[in-house]
Amino acid sequence: MIANYGYKDGSGDFFIAVDTDKCDGCGDCIPVCPGKVFAVGEDPHDPLREEPVVTVVDEQRRKLKYTCSPCKPDRDRAPLPCVQACEPLALTHSW
Amino acid sequence: MSDKMEDAGVGTKACAEEFWRWKEYRHHDESIDWRDAQIVSAGIDIGSVSSQAVILVDSKLFAFSNQRTGFDSPESANKAINWAMEGTGMTLDDIHYTVGTGYGRVNVPFAQKAITEIACHARGGNLMYGPTVRTILDMGGQDCKAIRCDQRGKVEAFLMNDKCAAGTGRGMEVFADLLSVPIQDVGELSLSVEQEPDPVSSTCVVFAKSEASALLREGWPKNKVLAAYCAAMAHRVVTLLERIEVEKDFAITGGIGKNAGVVKRIEMELGLTALQTRYDSQIAGALGAALFANALEGKRRKS
Amino acid sequence: MITGGIDIGAKTIKVVLVEEGKILAKSLVPAGLDTDAATNQAVEDALSAANLKKDAVARFIATGTGRKTCPVTDNEVTEVSAAANGAVHVFPNCRTVVDVGAEEGRTIRCNEEGKVIDFAFNEKCAAGAGTFAEGMARALEVSLEELGPMSLRSNEAVPMNAQCAVFAESEVVTLIHNKTPREDIARAVLDAVASRIISMVRKVGFAPDIALIGGVALNPGFIAAMKRGLETEVLVPEEPEYVGALGAALSGI
Repeated sequence: MIANYGYKDGSGDFFIAVDTDKCDGCGDCIPVCPGKVFAVGEDPHDPLREEPVVTVVDEQRRKLKYTCSPCKPDRDRAPLPCVQACEPLALTHSW
Repeated sequence: MSDKMEDAGVGTKACAEEFWRWKEYRHHDESIDWRDAQIVSAGIDIGSVSSQAVILVDSKLFAFSNQRTGFDSPESANKAINWAMEGTGMTLDDIHYTVGTGYGRVNVPFAQKAITEIACHARGGNLMYGPTVRTILDMGGQDCKAIRCDQRGKVEAFLMNDKCAAGTGRGMEVFADLLSVPIQDVGELSLSVEQEPDPVSSTCVVFAKSEASALLREGWPKNKVLAAYCAAMAHRVVTLLERIEVEKDFAITGGIGKNAGVVKRIEMELGLTALQTRYDSQIAGALGAALFANALEGKRRKS
Repeated sequence: MITGGIDIGAKTIKVVLVEEGKILAKSLVPAGLDTDAATNQAVEDALSAANLKKDAVARFIATGTGRKTCPVTDNEVTEVSAAANGAVHVFPNCRTVVDVGAEEGRTIRCNEEGKVIDFAFNEKCAAGAGTFAEGMARALEVSLEELGPMSLRSNEAVPMNAQCAVFAESEVVTLIHNKTPREDIARAVLDAVASRIISMVRKVGFAPDIALIGGVALNPGFIAAMKRGLETEVLVPEEPEYVGALGAALSGI
């Protein structure tokens, strides 16, 4: 499943997509994120899945544009820590 | 509500003081005897605006209710299930398993489990529209969901936008208010224009409202302003759908699914016709929850 | 040489006349329905305040959202350059500029000459600008001017979950129903706007000193919220709403 967490508003699209078929629930993205965006647990959108999976926490879902902005300067942008930490390549940002 | 339900003599509560709002209603299938059933399961969808209860008897739709959500989620859940059971002789003790879903899903006091509305809509949509449905667009009171699912109703991709009022029933209410047009007339009125105007350019409801006020001052008639807004809403929703890649068959659920002005414009922009269903399009979430409840009760008995 | 800066914003039009780096006169006119008429009015007001004829002004430079369609202009500069230029003129040590107007918010990092190094925008969404506070003031049944002082009397920070201005309005109504003190709601509203702006400050990379300009910087509650969030002092000019027009006028020299 491609789980798109985030939103679209007048200023643009701000989604973090988790490929739950790739995500192994290791949680390596959690400590590297300065915005405390991620959590690992039961898949809320697939009640029959047994393995844990990464989700975007509710408090951050509606303000990702702002929470993620310190990692996204317009110039000299380093690779995003969460994307870099994800070995199975399950995380992508839409913006 | 569908013709079929009217035929079945569905009781509707009169709400004279708020006649312009959508009506609350319930229905049960008298041909089913729940007392003989192996599994009686229920799904409760507590949305931000409306709440539905669905009761399944051996995975067949037995009863449902649809009403406005009150201030208190547990109370709304109780009211929803009690109204669905009304006149059936069934009590809460007769229901083997209940799943809560929707915005207030963790506040359903008699539910054994809470499941997100994404999973429930896909599951419910699969039954309502048949296993060929691949893309479900749910336009609710305060959110908009796009779901792609497989032939078993399992979610393959989704997104939910509940951050922004654009593309939600709430955004439409703001416009109905601005133009003093009853919400249920917005769709038809917007389709009464001779020529389709350019869509309102602002996405943000607050800015779109200023834009519409300026158009009214310029002398645009109400139907033209509504057409411009419905077109903007349709376009916005289509761009949301594109993120999950639209696949046939396609269906629209939720309150805005009843607004032809938005639905027709989405269909035109996608080049697809939305599937019709004999079920009420607002019960998709609760129906999916009840189907999960049925499956979970089956699983529980085996273990 | 005298130059004029015209800042055509979503709500108001500001004109500043400058000679040798000194402000000769300024004017502010609500944009209203006819922006061109309002712009002409603002220019005339400024000229008569300075006791000048129009041809005494070497050039007029436009900025702001309406700068492309300005009826009286010789040139234009972006809001970002105008803001940086104006802010560094007022505060020579300013390296980060926060400019929040009615419909847009922006953060800018600049050098000692007022040249832009980096900037971030919040546009086309009412959540990150003055309109958000205006809507919430309406829900609280107070004027926008009262909202700031009211928030300063708050004793407790309450969370606000809604990000959208439309949804936040219902949240404010719910908070009022639940008997949350209005002062605390006012603070929550301004904290919410400030937190969005602060994340944009972090995006451009915060460098001291930081200056707040634009109409929203008139709001003492917003200033307090920015200080709390940034954990630092902030510079606010006496008349922050004119800094964009000032910057535009200075860029004409």
